[in-house]
Amino acid sequence: MSPDAVLDAVLRDRGIWRFGRESPVVGESISTGFVDLDASLPGGGWPRGALTEIIAPRAGIGALSLVMPALARLSRADRWLAWIDPPYIPYAPALTGRGLELARVLMVQGIEQSSDRLWAIEQSLRSGTCSAVLAWLRNVDTRAIRRLQLAAEIGQGWGVLFRPSAARREPSPAALRLCLETDRRGYAVHILKRRGGSGASIVPLDPGCLR
Amino acid sequence: MNDRSLLWLYLGLPCLPLEALGLVDRQHACVIDTEGRAPRVLMGNCAAHALGAAPGMKLNAVYALGDIEMYARRPSAEEHALRSLAAWCGQFTSMVSLAPPDGLLLEVGKSLALFGGVTALLEQVRPGLLALGYHPRLALAPTPLGATFLARADQELVITDKRALRARLAPLPLAVLPVGAAVKEALAGLGLRDLGDCLRLPRAGLARRFGQEFVGILDRALGRQPDPRSAFQPPTRFERRLELAHEIEDAQALLFASRRLLLELSGFLRARAAGARAIDWTLFHHGRRESYLNLRLLTPSRDPEHLTHLLRARLERLELSAPVCALRLVVAGVAPLTGSTLPLLPGSKQETQESSMAFIERLRARLGTDAVCGLSVVAEHRPECAWRRCAPGEPSPALRFHHRPLWLLKAPRRLELRTGRPYLGGDLELLDRGERIEGGWWEGHDIARDYFVARRADGGCFWIFCELQGTDPWFLHGIFE
Repeated sequence: MSPDAVLDAVLRDRGIWRFGRESPVVGESISTGFVDLDASLPGGGWPRGALTEIIAPRAGIGALSLVMPALARLSRADRWLAWIDPPYIPYAPALTGRGLELARVLMVQGIEQSSDRLWAIEQSLRSGTCSAVLAWLRNVDTRAIRRLQLAAEIGQGWGVLFRPSAARREPSPAALRLCLETDRRGYAVHILKRRGGSGASIVPLDPGCLR
Repeated sequence: MNDRSLLWLYLGLPCLPLEALGLVDRQHACVIDTEGRAPRVLMGNCAAHALGAAPGMKLNAVYALGDIEMYARRPSAEEHALRSLAAWCGQFTSMVSLAPPDGLLLEVGKSLALFGGVTALLEQVRPGLLALGYHPRLALAPTPLGATFLARADQELVITDKRALRARLAPLPLAVLPVGAAVKEALAGLGLRDLGDCLRLPRAGLARRFGQEFVGILDRALGRQPDPRSAFQPPTRFERRLELAHEIEDAQALLFASRRLLLELSGFLRARAAGARAIDWTLFHHGRRESYLNLRLLTPSRDPEHLTHLLRARLERLELSAPVCALRLVVAGVAPLTGSTLPLLPGSKQETQESSMAFIERLRARLGTDAVCGLSVVAEHRPECAWRRCAPGEPSPALRFHHRPLWLLKAPRRLELRTGRPYLGGDLELLDRGERIEGGWWEGHDIARDYFVARRADGGCFWIFCELQGTDPWFLHGIFE
């Protein structure tokens, strides 16, 4: 083969990122349900087979609503939507009002030890029986998140970690990191990290479409 | 029944006294026979033999050899083990017969077609027995006694033709005969050395000397007379107790000891075409009350790997209060379970369904049964009663509700008031006119509340209510996330 052809073959490898170009996205994506957000995310949606970190400074500002449309769509498939140790009770009448198929919801609570919580998240991601795994974690180190990322790759599910704002400053191996900012005027999603892709890194969203 | 089709598999367990106590792989162990005036060695395991212990030695001689452990023979444990093994053998044939003290007879002629021949059958039987910790001597012959004699003489042969039986039995020594020592001595005194010599003698003379019974044995061995055997009736309930040679303190070591019990259980269940729904373990401690471990399965299973996995998850969380000296496994709840049919396409619905339930079982084994549940709605006005926990996967009624928050608090939280308005980290502004919810007087827990959606300056939205009666005005009940 000519040297040019060899170089081309090497550069076409997905593992190589070339500055200034959209690198191809490995794995499928799940549409978020928000057109503006889809446009800014690589692959046009939430990354499947990887972790998404959503950092919300306070409760009640819409972190869960951000993932609701995708969850509603995933709930029509045959696999579980696992909620691991949620901070409050996921209210069934509200879930069903957002289009979630309740029979696919799996709630894991009453976990006392943090090692058990991490184990449950890892097992849910790894098993391949969950299309989405939602987890709320406060203090967790990078190594644990890396394990969860690997588990998500093995099980090809969508993992969502909800973190407090202190996590914003910590590095994380999650494939996608978002931070929510909200005030009386509006609501914006800050994209802290994404795999490839270009586009706005701050996506304002209409709060009306979230409720 | 056509005589020709009968084929008997004799399963001899010459080391049963050792195996019943789990001593085969232990360091230097011997079983002693405490009958008679002085205890003597009955048999020792390989390590003990290597040190020089031999059957018939006196105890003092054994002590002089070195660090060899001695265990009293337990005939009850041997019988229990034999009966459990008979139940396990039920997966190969419906006709299992006990041949005490240390053998089993299986009539496999009719099962051969199912297993695909003698070799295929033996390829399942022998490794299965080895996995259970037994070292069998196997032999197949058209008559039960024929197979027994061959195995006792260490001739692990497969003889399918009755006509060849005589030639094969002839060279066997007299020791294989199920007769007393006196008779054997008398036979030796006549100059007879093997079965062939016995068979050449005239029948009438043998009968006169040693009794009709003796001639009957030879006849039945050769198939000249029928030899009906009583079928072993397996118990309806699987209950197996395992005495541990050493006390176990480590939960992981318990798993290893339990593995054999699970393999036996698997064979027992396969014989009944059933799966276990509930497995109850009892751990015995010296001088203390027993501990219990209960496994509940969502779908019946007899797969030893799956059951081992569930047990491991449970044992990892178990703190042993005291060393365990014995284990008991009881399976009371079984349910029919035919062999699994492979789905036509990989990843099809059937496959994901099976592993879905297995995944939940794994979670429950470690976190507890109540930790994993599904959610369902209830036709109720009172918000805290409009939802409930249910079994995972249970379908929920199709109900419509007004706009509701995604999070509900476990219990309503009282809000403080500042300047007359409800306050939660910031002033709350009411966004709607309110929804009055009343009801529940029929259950004694009645409520009368006005619910509002409230927003805080930083954008948080909450579901708060005001009680119509009562002193505290405002409560937080949900969060619109």
